[in-house]
Amino acid sequence: MAVRVQTDLFDAARETADLGAGHVNVGAVVTFTGLCRPNADSGAPLEALTLECYPEMAEEELSRIEAEARARWPLIDALIVHRHGRIRPGEPIVLVATLSPHRAAAFAAAEFVMDYLKTSAPFWKREETADGASWVAAKTADDDALERWSRG
Amino acid sequence: MKLLYFAWVRERVGRAEEVAEAPAGVSTIGELIAWLRSRGPEYAHAFESDAIRAAIDRRHAKPDAKIAGAREIAFFPPMTGG
Repeated sequence: MAVRVQTDLFDAARETADLGAGHVNVGAVVTFTGLCRPNADSGAPLEALTLECYPEMAEEELSRIEAEARARWPLIDALIVHRHGRIRPGEPIVLVATLSPHRAAAFAAAEFVMDYLKTSAPFWKREETADGASWVAAKTADDDALERWSRG
Repeated sequence: MKLLYFAWVRERVGRAEEVAEAPAGVSTIGELIAWLRSRGPEYAHAFESDAIRAAIDRRHAKPDAKIAGAREIAFFPPMTGG
């Protein structure tokens, strides 16, 4: 079980392979990689995203989210990697990988981690376009996505 | 206690962190925000939105959370990571 907050690029395939190595009884591996899109929310071409973060809290909060996922589903292992700093279109921002004996738990846990992370991990995106830089506004859809996990 | 500011809250306040002691009678996050707003136009601007989030010692805290004993209180906009 691990969380990492870093500025460096990561290789999702290698991270996932490393996570799976040494585990037996893994029947399902689900990975989600979030990428930097080529356009800003306004539709304008994006030059880069800069992610600001509260690093100490980010690590603690991601650990709390991972612990909650492990309490809800029978996971064999999990990994969350989140970048900050300057990120170019096409580059990965976040990786969530979940390992479990069966697929349902791995899928659900990965989705749960992402939904929680979007609204509670202390990261803030700033978009750079030809018109300048602006902070990304939080999206109601992210709050709605989180809501379903508290229903029963 | 140490106060930390992030993203546009940091930009509007004009600094990333500071050490401050709240006056007597300020016991919750909501009261601390009200006091901060009174400290000058940059604070009033930074804290004008009701959407500002807070964390006490690196855990999310609601407006009615007590600040007694806190070492580090952070203020920031709604999160947009992932």
